[in-house]
Amino acid sequence: MVVWTDFERATITDIFSKLDYEAVGGATLARCLIVYPWTQRYFGNFGNLYNAAAILGNPMIAKHGTTILHGLDRAVKNMDNIKATYAELSVLHSEKLHVDPDNFKLLSDCLTIVVAAQLGKDFTGEVQAAFQKFLAVVVSALGRQYH
Amino acid sequence: MSLSAKDKDTVKVFWAKVADKVEEVGSDALSRMLAVYPQTKTYFSHWKDLSPGSAPVNKHGKTVMLGVGQAVACIDDLNAGLLTLSELHAFTLRVDPANFKILSHCLLVVLSIKFPNDFTPEVHVSLDKFLAALSRALSEKYR
Repeated sequence: MVVWTDFERATITDIFSKLDYEAVGGATLARCLIVYPWTQRYFGNFGNLYNAAAILGNPMIAKHGTTILHGLDRAVKNMDNIKATYAELSVLHSEKLHVDPDNFKLLSDCLTIVVAAQLGKDFTGEVQAAFQKFLAVVVSALGRQYH
Repeated sequence: MSLSAKDKDTVKVFWAKVADKVEEVGSDALSRMLAVYPQTKTYFSHWKDLSPGSAPVNKHGKTVMLGVGQAVACIDDLNAGLLTLSELHAFTLRVDPANFKILSHCLLVVLSIKFPNDFTPEVHVSLDKFLAALSRALSEKYR
């Protein structure tokens, strides 16, 4: 059972209300594919991922980044029940997509960095702690159904 | 995952921009680490004040960043250049090397905040590789 403080709930809701899901999602996924190039293994049919410029300009990546952010939104709206909310997504990532769960952490680190750039000095240490706690819960829930 | 010539250039060019904000960046990175990863506070039980912006945090943040600067200067042979620091961390400080990754992440977050336009994905990957190489060199003498 995850216990959220009032500060953590307010912080997570506040951060996501300020994010442009398309811009942040696309930028985050692109950054992940550039910084951790082995993650490209899951995007074989996404077209040109040949270099950073290609990845940053790739519309399929941008679209998929948005999908991911909307997926996170479901966790924001169900903070007291993330494990159950993500049960199906976890099965999908394990059984159908065969994603190594270590990749969830890589993507969440990239998201932290993109959000930090957007929020600037508002992204204080306390805010970062709340955000990373939320992402850790998400990552754990996504890995839950793997066997 | 060794550093290419391009990685080294990217790191040197970017670090030149950070050079005059060394205390600010170091203090912020360290404060964040203590807030986001509370287990790291165990290494600083001898400090009176662990709050962000406190004197010991500022001083130590600057010390750590000067160490990173030293690594940038010896980027062509990190093991040789960081030998003394590695011995210090191995035999005296005995910091668990897992924490190097944690501090590296916090440093990248600070750089992303302070240099939003310069900290592009290409700069990010070179810096991430550099910090990983630095961490390896720092762990050289552990066992």
